[in-house]
Amino acid sequence: MSSAAEPHGHETEAAHGGHHTNYVKIWGILVVLLVVSVTGPMLEIRIVTLLTAFGIAIVKAYLVAKYFMHLDIEKPFVVKLLVVCLGLMMLFFAATAPDIMKHWGANWRNESAKNANIPEAHHEAAPAHGEAAPAAAAPAPGAAPAR
Amino acid sequence: MVKPIATLRSASGVPTGRLALWWVIASEIVIFGGLLGSYLLHRLGHPEWSTYASHTNTWAGAFNTLVLLTSSLSAVLGHKAAEAGDGKKAAKMLMFTCLGGLTFLVVKGFEWTYEIQHGYTITANGFWSFYYTAAGLHGLHVIAGCIIMLFVAADARKNKELQRVELIGIYWHFVDLVWIFLFPLLYIAK
Amino acid sequence: MAQSHAHDDHAHAHGNHHEEGWFLKYFWSTDHKMIAKQYLLTGMALGVIGAYFAYVFRMQAAFPNKPVPGYGLVTGADYNALVTNHGAIMIFWVAMPVLIAAFGNFLIPLMVGCDDMVFPRLNRLSYQIFLISAIVLAGSFFVEGGAFGGAWTSYPPLSAKAEYNLTPLGPTLWLAAVALEFVAFLLGGINFVTTAMNSRAPGMKAFDLPMAVWMIVIASILFMCSVGPLIAGAVMLMFDQTIGTGFFDPDRGGDPVLWQHLFWFFGHPEVYVVLLPPLGFVAEIITTFSRKRLFAYKTVLYTTIGTGVLSFFVWAHHQFIAGVDPRMSNVFSVTTVLISIPIAELCFVYIATLYAGSISFRVPMLWALAFIAEFLVGGVTGIFLGASGADIYFHDTYFVVAHFHYTFFPIAIIGTFAGVTYWYPKMFGRHMDETLGKIHFWVTIAGFNGIFIPLFILGAAGDHRRIFDYSNFPELASPELQAMRVFATVSLLVMLAVQPIFAWNFFRNMWKGKIAEANPWNANTLEWQCPSPPPHGNFNPMPEVYRGPYEYSHPGRADDFWPQNSPT
Repeated sequence: MSSAAEPHGHETEAAHGGHHTNYVKIWGILVVLLVVSVTGPMLEIRIVTLLTAFGIAIVKAYLVAKYFMHLDIEKPFVVKLLVVCLGLMMLFFAATAPDIMKHWGANWRNESAKNANIPEAHHEAAPAHGEAAPAAAAPAPGAAPAR
Repeated sequence: MVKPIATLRSASGVPTGRLALWWVIASEIVIFGGLLGSYLLHRLGHPEWSTYASHTNTWAGAFNTLVLLTSSLSAVLGHKAAEAGDGKKAAKMLMFTCLGGLTFLVVKGFEWTYEIQHGYTITANGFWSFYYTAAGLHGLHVIAGCIIMLFVAADARKNKELQRVELIGIYWHFVDLVWIFLFPLLYIAK
Repeated sequence: MAQSHAHDDHAHAHGNHHEEGWFLKYFWSTDHKMIAKQYLLTGMALGVIGAYFAYVFRMQAAFPNKPVPGYGLVTGADYNALVTNHGAIMIFWVAMPVLIAAFGNFLIPLMVGCDDMVFPRLNRLSYQIFLISAIVLAGSFFVEGGAFGGAWTSYPPLSAKAEYNLTPLGPTLWLAAVALEFVAFLLGGINFVTTAMNSRAPGMKAFDLPMAVWMIVIASILFMCSVGPLIAGAVMLMFDQTIGTGFFDPDRGGDPVLWQHLFWFFGHPEVYVVLLPPLGFVAEIITTFSRKRLFAYKTVLYTTIGTGVLSFFVWAHHQFIAGVDPRMSNVFSVTTVLISIPIAELCFVYIATLYAGSISFRVPMLWALAFIAEFLVGGVTGIFLGASGADIYFHDTYFVVAHFHYTFFPIAIIGTFAGVTYWYPKMFGRHMDETLGKIHFWVTIAGFNGIFIPLFILGAAGDHRRIFDYSNFPELASPELQAMRVFATVSLLVMLAVQPIFAWNFFRNMWKGKIAEANPWNANTLEWQCPSPPPHGNFNPMPEVYRGPYEYSHPGRADDFWPQNSPT
């Protein structure tokens, strides 16, 4: 194996030179970001929570991928491959969201999913919507969306 | 075992082991992507899940994030040592990383025990189902990584197969990356 | 390790080969050719099981409630289990292992000019996991309640709760088998892609790769990028089945349609995962037997990649009547119809390759041409189903069944026969019998069309695919429709009756066939430039590559072929 790793090994080693001293610094930045992401939500402002939680997660992921996984000096096709896989997941999410994320649509309502799991919701919902209650109580009536 | 000529060639410019590892990670991205995507769809469709999520222990999650970030640092320092040809140091760094993985699992163990004792089991509701499934799948990757790391460290100590230090390191960073997203998804967003 | 001496040195490894025990040679080998044969034979054995299931449930459909010879009386639950496992076996345990794993293992190292896969032991592990998955699936027939009968798509809530499917263990074992099989093919796929990317012979550029290698590699990539959500979904469904979570249970906040999305996000690219390898075989075969260059190599390649990309954008056309958002149905209708463009283009390119060639109708060529012709019918009938309006009527009728058999039969069966008959001399060093091969070919093709043309008509007449006894449905039980069902079943019997000819031809000629020289078809690709069958280590010396794979009838050359590794 060494013979295969060798030529590339030298090349990466030379390229890594710039980062070697920085690993601890990167770790320091990551820890600071972690502290921010934990303290941010304590302000209990929704937008700040989302930004600190997910915005910082993306920054952290970027730092780990770039410096620890050395994607900055990896062949470009590797980065493209990983980005394509992430893109596929976004595609999956976007095309699935209209069905799964919402419990109602143009011509359908998914009453059981909407009513399920809300604490005490079953008791309140039953008198309010006469038709909805049986749907919620019935054992999974076929596919969810009742047209 | 002597490796076949096929393993030693590198027509793409990326060494065989690392190339294969990128493909492993690509397929892992879609596994975790499918699971977390499903979770997100449900989470956004069920506003009431944030009340369930408020019972997770942010401090335990934050501590575990710190542990994994630190173990990632030691993994990359091990890689640096391996590149310099210092197998002993690389092995030591990998053992340290392994210790990080173990700490992570112990903290998770306590956390889960506490939660299960308080009735937040995997069947309690949708949120907890996803909580245990996602963290459990991630935990399996931590366990697998630790076991592989022990083998790699044993070889590295004898200055054998040093390129594997980098490979297990990249895998470990990926496991870390998954946790970086699990942490806000399961703990912070309440 | 015990087997390590086999890898000691490629120059004399062949000598060691015979010293290995029987077990080491046939079950514990890391040699890519042996693993390919393991996959091929296991896949063919499971194909026999899948065909037997088809025989039983077609007999029930044609002659309802009469004992089926070799099985007995078919109950409704039996029928469901047979249909379910026929589909699952033919796709996951026949098409995948034979087309991708067997041919991928056999062809990739030979065609790129190296001695083995990049990870031989991972390769062996891949087969072993696959074998376990097949055993788990077979085991599901012998557990309490019997095998899973909720269709190969395993939709919840039917698949999630024992109260509904009445098979407490079957669905879980089925799901475990499928998941194991995915793991096996992930390991295999990583091996294929890495081998093709990294282990090419010196001088071999990406555009010198034979189309078969490209197709298997692209198929493996499609598989790796699409299977993840289903693996996640399988874990979730298994938790629903075994520990009572509610991922897919609407009463508990879950959503059964989510499973359909997770399944078909994989399930549709999967069609292309199994389609591409035989398209590659066909490219090899038609160039060899028409002595022509492949028409527009790069166009074929880019078209294939385009098909692969587009295949990720069509999955919800399986769910038009599942209650998906109608606006999404519009989008998916358009993408579905779009994907017929690159596939049609590939068919045209292959026909253009044949144009003005000196065609010889050897058995592999017959299979390759039949592949194009039959797949075309499958593709064209897909347009009706891709249109979301028409699909509301056609969904779950026998029209759908006939449509996908017109795609899958060419893929899994015709493609396999094409590949096996073409590479048989290389695999076993002997020739198959041409006359027997032609008899087998013509009867199989006639039988196949005899089965599925009536099913198109039956489907359009309203036959629903999940009905096991039409006598309960007066408007479907008319004598005319029943006669068509009988015709389809008799065609199946005819088709099955000639398969022993192939088996005889295949197994007998391993030992008794005419000895094959290294390059019996005068082909260009590297696998024909090493001895038949290739020794351990394949090439001695290792080849260098000077040109592309399809330099046939090159002007100014005495030979009408020009091997890739020939310096002059």
